[in-house]
Amino acid sequence: MAPAVPRSGDAIFANVERVNAELFTLTYGAIVRQLLTDLEEVEEVNKQLDQMGYNIGIRLIDEFLAKSNVTRCVDFRETAEVIAKVGFKMFLGVTASVTNWDSEGTSCSLILEDNPLVDFVELPDTCQGLYYCNILSGVVRGALEMVSMKTEVTWVRDMLRGDDAFELQVKLLKQVPEEYPYKDDE
Amino acid sequence: MIGAGKMKQYANVLDKPLSKGRQEVSLSAFAYLFSELVQYNQTQVDNIGDLERRLEDAGYAVGARVLELLCHREKGNRRETRLLGILSFIHSTVWKVLFGKVADSLEKGTEHEDEYMISEKELLGVLDNAGFPAVVTAHFVPVEGQQRPRTTILIKYYEEKQD
Repeated sequence: MAPAVPRSGDAIFANVERVNAELFTLTYGAIVRQLLTDLEEVEEVNKQLDQMGYNIGIRLIDEFLAKSNVTRCVDFRETAEVIAKVGFKMFLGVTASVTNWDSEGTSCSLILEDNPLVDFVELPDTCQGLYYCNILSGVVRGALEMVSMKTEVTWVRDMLRGDDAFELQVKLLKQVPEEYPYKDDE
Repeated sequence: MIGAGKMKQYANVLDKPLSKGRQEVSLSAFAYLFSELVQYNQTQVDNIGDLERRLEDAGYAVGARVLELLCHREKGNRRETRLLGILSFIHSTVWKVLFGKVADSLEKGTEHEDEYMISEKELLGVLDNAGFPAVVTAHFVPVEGQQRPRTTILIKYYEEKQD
């Protein structure tokens, strides 16, 4: 069978079932609101959002790999590009750009110009420490962990906090090769 | 700085122009999110009744905002005050925006004077098992009657006493 050609983010997005982004935005808002009411501490909410994102990421990666036909990424640079152009597009309908590479090629930033999570959102003074979009950092971290990359994902810039863009820093900590639970020759 | 140019900064989120509402996300993105919502709530309750109530509260918050948004965008800020008007609004406009199509039917319930049913044959699978009412104003208390393959949203109308 001929190897499948990797599909572009636009092509995949056009082929999946889609829903109104506002429903998505409002549902996310409801989640954040619930967490704030239940947990009260902004730091706890940040952690919970990250955890939820992680739970999503570890499942989302399967769909991503199945639908995108990407071949194994040669290096982390390629990984970041794929996340930004294909990953974000096929799920959120928007693309991100990749910048700020460090000299070793293990850390970069994903810049989101359009962020469907934050439409209509404004952070009140009582929630100033909140990383509203923290679910995204969990998603990226979870997805990458399932393909053997341990990363640290943090928000560098957040428009809800007054910055001029959404910037997510993805740092590759360790590439863990897949371990098999048994040895073939034993 | 790269990427910083495109989003215009508004002093107040209310000043930002309203989008046309055409943007979309993948169904799976919504499904994952909704699944996390349900799973999270499951950890916060010990019985189904509480779970349904929490989900309904979440849905209520969404519904209220959908109403505001749609009234502003579609109807130029005129809001229906009559019962049939708002039911028909939900049945067509709201449903179309949320689910991409008009609801299958709007019927008056036969048992009680004050009951109406909105039926939808193929409500998003993800929404079937958790009461996700997107209904709205102070008049309605949405209660979901589950019947596969048809999901019926039963709306009981409580007459508000006019003083």
